[in-house]
Amino acid sequence: MVQLMPMRAYFAFVIAISLVAAGCSRRQPPIAQPAPPSAAAPPATTAAPPPPPVRVEEALPVPGEPVAEDSIGGRSLDDLNRDSPFKPVFFALDSSDLDDPGRAVVSGNAALLKKYSAWVITVEGHADERGTAEYNLALGERRAVAVKAYLLSLGVAPDRVRTVSYGKEFPFDPGHDEAAWAKNRRAHFVITSK
Amino acid sequence: MNVKKLWTGNLKVSGYRVAGYLVALTLAATASAAVLSGVVAGGLQASGVSALVAGDLQVSGLAAAQNPVQQPAAPTPQQPSEVAVVISGDPGTPPRYAIPDFQALTPDAAEIAKTVAQVLWDDLTFEREFYLIPRDTYASIPTARSPEQIAFNAWNELGADAVVFGTVQKTGNNVRIEVRLFNVRTRQPVFAKEYTGADNNPRLYAHTVADEIHQQQRALRGVARTKLAFSSDRNRERVVGSVENRDVKEIYISDYDGANVRRITTNRQLNLTPVWAPDARSIAYTSYRRGYPDLFIALIYQGLQQEPTKGGTQNWLPMFSPDGTRIVFTSSREGNPELYIINRDGSGLRRLTNHPAIDTTPTWSPTGTQISFTSDRAGQPQIYIVGADGLNLRRLTTAESYADRPTWSPAPFNEIAFAARTGPGYDIKVYDLATGVTRQITFGEGSNESPAYAPNGRHVAFTSTRTGRTQIFTVGRDGRGLHQVTRDGNNFTPSWSN
Repeated sequence: MVQLMPMRAYFAFVIAISLVAAGCSRRQPPIAQPAPPSAAAPPATTAAPPPPPVRVEEALPVPGEPVAEDSIGGRSLDDLNRDSPFKPVFFALDSSDLDDPGRAVVSGNAALLKKYSAWVITVEGHADERGTAEYNLALGERRAVAVKAYLLSLGVAPDRVRTVSYGKEFPFDPGHDEAAWAKNRRAHFVITSK
Repeated sequence: MNVKKLWTGNLKVSGYRVAGYLVALTLAATASAAVLSGVVAGGLQASGVSALVAGDLQVSGLAAAQNPVQQPAAPTPQQPSEVAVVISGDPGTPPRYAIPDFQALTPDAAEIAKTVAQVLWDDLTFEREFYLIPRDTYASIPTARSPEQIAFNAWNELGADAVVFGTVQKTGNNVRIEVRLFNVRTRQPVFAKEYTGADNNPRLYAHTVADEIHQQQRALRGVARTKLAFSSDRNRERVVGSVENRDVKEIYISDYDGANVRRITTNRQLNLTPVWAPDARSIAYTSYRRGYPDLFIALIYQGLQQEPTKGGTQNWLPMFSPDGTRIVFTSSREGNPELYIINRDGSGLRRLTNHPAIDTTPTWSPTGTQISFTSDRAGQPQIYIVGADGLNLRRLTTAESYADRPTWSPAPFNEIAFAARTGPGYDIKVYDLATGVTRQITFGEGSNESPAYAPNGRHVAFTSTRTGRTQIFTVGRDGRGLHQVTRDGNNFTPSWSN
């Protein structure tokens, strides 16, 4: 019994950490969602019954287990956005209509949003440099809104998708040819909280 | 800056508008000179708007006897009007002006004397009302130390109809600048004034003299004391965020000629499309400082800001009504880019357009009764006009493949400038509302966008890529007289102050 006391104290500590971690991950998104399938939530439940000392050894690698299960969920926002799991949607010149490849991309992104149900994203609308600076703000907005509308039609909750237009202010390719312009006429997905 | 008339002649002067302040010019003689009172408003605010120093001006008359000036000959009795002081050129040609360096009465005033003369030369050249004789041709003409020494014969031989004689005296941080404009034929001064004040912005004295000479000689409201507001990436900062390589754009202002650049915003985000309020003391603009575009108003001389549309919806491209009480802007708050009007204090929001296509880039008519804007409801962006009540919509441009950024000229002109696609890029075109005729004022030198009229309607500021990066230029409404305003970084969406 004397030996068990530190073990219990340790376990209480692990549970506390797990709860705090779960609480944090719930608090960051501005909307209430079930706990994400990441972080340390599963170990918290398995650790709940008072276990014999033998099982303590198994519980030690707590952080490693979920990460091995999902390499995306554990990454930071900056890492995620730098090498985004979301694919951009490209548009035709002066158009905010989603074509078939565009709809396929949005569907894939919607599936990702369903998997990571705590993520909140911003859809950025961008335009190439051939339009005017002023009009492109509206065109980019239309592109972002078109993508959001399709996401919602696929069952994504409206409060998980924000839109913003950057017009031609932030080109992804600084070039001045069709290859660059095609890359810059896009809706870009940014994860704003997870 | 104090202004004093050195010689009254027949000229009637009731007031001056200097840097946005209406100041009464008293011609009553008093022996005490009022001193310039510089008003420094606040410091850097948490709002991210820096307060600027407003050149607050007091004017008082001084005793004429204090500064003896050559008295003019008795004016022609039959014509005691302003006509008597106007210098004319040869028939059919503009008057020819010469502006030699001002005389430095104290050694430390030499630099200011040179600056004031050059800036005055540039300012008078800008309106193209006079022919300014190039300053490098004056070398053979004897320098005058006083008005009595002016070599009128030599100036006459050079072809000058008018010559400016000026002096600069520096006392501590103050300057006293005397300016006289002589009619070379009659050898009489038609304009004579003394300006006293701080020495920190000599160009403002030249700008003031230029505006007053234009007013007196040509009954023209010059733009020498006006300012430009624009958006620029010149500080080369990057937006803080998880997407890399995004340049900050901040709002800046400068004199109309590009001098005296001052930064207005300091929030290190995207700040776009600044527009002056009619009082030339506030600037409305689009800022992404909250992560989405919204409207902000910077009260630049107080360091304060207002948010007329605060509330989390997307708003951009503000434009003040001519009386400054309302703002028209684009918003997608109901899902699609439409035009809205709101009072400057944030009250009275109402929707102006209702169409599933894009409606954006609004501008007011000079009377405030109509709005011109861009819509792609016909497939491509084109210019439209609608009443400020939302009625009487009509399409303006029909021959363009793409047109945006209408900007309505001030009176007496009645025209709308806009950017039109003319190939890979854009050029500035002007639609005359009286005749329905469109003329072009830039011609394929780079891409030319975002036109904005000068307050006297005679010039248009715009952006051009003709020198490589995007810079601000001004050009006459006839397409002549191009001037480059900015040279640092990339600069966008100019607005011209009153």
